[in-house]
Amino acid sequence: MRHNDNLAAGIDDTIQYVTVIIGGQLFGLPISQVHDVFVPESVTRVPLAAPEVAGVLNLRGRIVTAIDMRKRLHLPARDANAQVMAVGIEHKGESYGLVIDQVGEVLRLSNDSMEPNPSNLDKRWAEISGGVHRLDGKLMIILDVTRLFGAMFEPMAAA
Amino acid sequence: MDDLLSEFLTETNESLDVVDVELVKFEQEPNNAKILDNVFRLVHTIKGTCGFLGLPRLEALAHAGETLMGKFRDGAKVTPDAVSLILSSIDRIKEILAELEAANGTEPAGSDHDLISELERMALEADTRGSAADEAPEAEDDGLARGELVEQVLERPLRPGEVSLDELERAFREAEVEVELPVSAPISEIEADAEMEAEAAPPAALAPRSRVREEEAATRETAEKGEKKASVSSQSIRVAVETLEHLMTMVSELVLTRNQLLEIVRRHEDSEFKVPLQRLSNVTAELQEGVMKTRMQPIGNAWQKLPRIVRDLSQELDKPIELEMIGAETELDRQVLELIKDPLTHMIRNSADHGLEMPSDRRVAGKPEKGTITLSAYHEGGHIIIEVKDDGRGIDVDRVKAKVLERGLASEAELDKMTDQQIHKFIFHAGFSTAQNITSVSGRGVGMDVVRNNVELIGGTIDLRSVPGRGSSFIIKIPLTLAIVSALIVEAGGDRFAIPQLSVVELVRVQSNSEHRIERIKDTPVLRLRNKLLPLVHMSQLLGVGPNDGDQEIESDTGFIVVMQVGSQTFGVVVDGVFHTEEIVVKPMSSMLRNLTMFSGNTILGDGAVIMIIDPNGVASAMASHASSVVAENERKEAEDAMTSALDGQSTVSMLLFRAGSPEPKAVPLSLVTRLEEFEVSKIEHSNGRDLVQYRGSLMPLVYIEASQTRRGEGTQPMLVFSDAGRSMGLVVDEIVDIVEDRMNIEVGSDRAGILGSAVIKDKATEIIDLGYYLPQAFEDWFMRKEMDIAALTKKVLLVDDSAFFRNMLTPVLKAAGYDVTAVNGARQAFELLENGDTFQAIVSDIEMPEINGFEFCEALRRDPRFRKLPVLALSAVVSPASIERGRQAGFDDYVAKFDRPGLIASLKDLFAGEMGIAA
Repeated sequence: MRHNDNLAAGIDDTIQYVTVIIGGQLFGLPISQVHDVFVPESVTRVPLAAPEVAGVLNLRGRIVTAIDMRKRLHLPARDANAQVMAVGIEHKGESYGLVIDQVGEVLRLSNDSMEPNPSNLDKRWAEISGGVHRLDGKLMIILDVTRLFGAMFEPMAAA
Repeated sequence: MDDLLSEFLTETNESLDVVDVELVKFEQEPNNAKILDNVFRLVHTIKGTCGFLGLPRLEALAHAGETLMGKFRDGAKVTPDAVSLILSSIDRIKEILAELEAANGTEPAGSDHDLISELERMALEADTRGSAADEAPEAEDDGLARGELVEQVLERPLRPGEVSLDELERAFREAEVEVELPVSAPISEIEADAEMEAEAAPPAALAPRSRVREEEAATRETAEKGEKKASVSSQSIRVAVETLEHLMTMVSELVLTRNQLLEIVRRHEDSEFKVPLQRLSNVTAELQEGVMKTRMQPIGNAWQKLPRIVRDLSQELDKPIELEMIGAETELDRQVLELIKDPLTHMIRNSADHGLEMPSDRRVAGKPEKGTITLSAYHEGGHIIIEVKDDGRGIDVDRVKAKVLERGLASEAELDKMTDQQIHKFIFHAGFSTAQNITSVSGRGVGMDVVRNNVELIGGTIDLRSVPGRGSSFIIKIPLTLAIVSALIVEAGGDRFAIPQLSVVELVRVQSNSEHRIERIKDTPVLRLRNKLLPLVHMSQLLGVGPNDGDQEIESDTGFIVVMQVGSQTFGVVVDGVFHTEEIVVKPMSSMLRNLTMFSGNTILGDGAVIMIIDPNGVASAMASHASSVVAENERKEAEDAMTSALDGQSTVSMLLFRAGSPEPKAVPLSLVTRLEEFEVSKIEHSNGRDLVQYRGSLMPLVYIEASQTRRGEGTQPMLVFSDAGRSMGLVVDEIVDIVEDRMNIEVGSDRAGILGSAVIKDKATEIIDLGYYLPQAFEDWFMRKEMDIAALTKKVLLVDDSAFFRNMLTPVLKAAGYDVTAVNGARQAFELLENGDTFQAIVSDIEMPEINGFEFCEALRRDPRFRKLPVLALSAVVSPASIERGRQAGFDDYVAKFDRPGLIASLKDLFAGEMGIAA
């Protein structure tokens, strides 16, 4: 998939993004990094874990660590019975699920419309954002998975 | 690296390990031709393979070693020096092999000339020492047999792919030996042994005599070997560990899926899947067992290096040591085996260095000079027990104690309460070594703690028993495999958790009305279990899940206690429910969760849910820290309790008992004493008519309780130090007796200055001293200084008495009762004070006074409107109904006998209470 992606990028300088909505904000994940999209069910809580760890769940025989993106982005918690979705990501051979509110369409965006993070962006957001795309009527923040995990592991290493 | 080379490396390393072991054996029984043959054959194989692969350096070295061993075989005397030399050659070969592996198949540069020349020299020596002249032709014979091949190789190192006729020939000759190697070590050993037994008799008998006969025997033997080996090689194949690992993972998945299916079928009672599923279940179980078996290896594989290590240690330490190995065939998981190797080696070193005494000491102790280290292994339940035992001196408890104190790991008081066994456990602490000298072997501060950590890492436990003078033994208990564990599924705080069965000792059901009832000591829950107290912790509290009010929950009737044992620690974990046991496949947690010490992994249960696996070691350490936080909490509470009880006068008071001047005990409330000090008598100075001592940068006056009291002539002088607002006073005492908790009920009042009265403390009449009397002796203004602060709180009382004796006696009494006393010697002075505007809340007046007696004084006061309502007390030595009536007429509020001090205090109290009542 990465190969195709690069190929595509080589030709018309665009990247495909899987868009997700977290707390009303549109985010985009490069499609090459998204393994699957699923509804997280029967999530087992992990006591004593970091607050953003929603728990662990069984996804087709694999144990996936679910990360609540609302908590990660310091957004208010969603309603108890609200529908949630999860985006499956692989990081260093381990499976993670980013728990988000809703999955949107797949967008093919040109790098032209991308801009770096605004300097006044919330530090905690800037930490995991790879830039902003100007779309019609809204902005899409690029969720940089590498930085997301980097930011989550580093403080732990220190602790 | 090509496959041939990597195979060669694996094989050669295995062979070398065997050579190590065999050589050590050989050194002990130099006449055992069987062992020599074995060693010779192995070295020969290594040499041959090296030549085949074009590794000249290795080959030359192996050849030189082989030559020397050949001499032994021909009857040369075996010396320890020679064995050492061969062993060091083997070590060099190992080094070269390691570099070879690292360098991807290229032999490292360098020369082994030192070793080779030494080996050759020794071979020559052996030759010259050879017993008879007929030995020489035999040696030549040997040369004829294969000399030309060897020489050729030595002269011209071969490159890969270059094969000479000789090489080929030799390859053929050695083919049978090579096929033997692929078989895993134990089989080959057994096989070899069997062969040896089969053909040992004839060659052993003939060997020293006829070379020709021996050659014959060898040929026959080779033929036999060839047959046997062929059959063995067709029965076993070498499989990459990776393949096995993968197989294991797949089987684990299969087990999980089967569990899921079983779970589904359990819900549908009459499912047609039931029977085939039962079959699938059985097959899966068998498959799992089969795959597990492929991972199993005899523990002897981990012991291979030990005889060599012990031999070296024996030489290095100059102690004869015998290593006994029992149960080498006991099998355990390859993975566990790898992890246990290093700890075992370390423990053997430890036993050799610390455990066993020097031979001279052993002789004195009446033991054989040769120390014995016994290594044994056996199965017990799902575990393997490995024991390392020595017959040495045992653990020196006193030395451990000294070390513990030195390192500050525990206080002396704590140590006193510990059993020897508990003290022994300290050797598992980090950085603990009792070796007096740092040797190259041990005593470097990395010791048993590393062993313990490694053992615990694989879910094992380590224990230790030691008998002074008899030796000590370390017992390791480890699971047979790490991949699949049997776990108890429990519920706590609404979530399920898996607890490995390994650490679960038993389950206890909690019922409030049965004998198994949770009791508490302060706030610590405990359980009486077979006359022992078991500390408890609620799992939901440990994990911080469920209701925060864990205390209430822990007392509830429904619950189970999982009794767990981790190392020597036994404790109970209270859970809400226990489901069943399940074979689970431990899967590592994602790196995001790996910082959680409470869990060792997670797994998927039969119903498809993910469950966290509790790490017993994590619980044990959390338990310890939980306990200490409870202790801290308790200490805080106790401090609070002490505060409140101190405020509450009714409760007991800590009293300091001492002797001063007279033999009767004296007491003072401990809370008033700042500290107890002892001063060198020589430090006590005399200045301005009083004794002083330098204390904390200033001069502290010393006060004697009785005039008759003499301070000591020499040594130290004990004293009680009272400090307040930067001033200190030393009350000189003869002896500090005790500190007791008791009620301070002064039963008999005293009229001696400085003594409040007598109370019964510790069943003895004890004088309670009146600090109010002594403090002003040090600083006259001791109480005055506080006047400003407490003016609002204390009542000012004017004491009028012509007798200095009574003034001195009553002033402290009133002061001790909380009054601010001003004493004057007569009515005239009293009037002066009152006219000057000094105000008093009460006046206590003597009756019998010169000039103006008490009655007149009082009548004069009452005539003045300012003092009409001022309470005035009469104090008289003469108490008669007539005088009391006279007093009342004069206007006194009360009339008290002069020696009735409690009456005086009570009367004053009544007066002020009445006044307050009026005011209110």
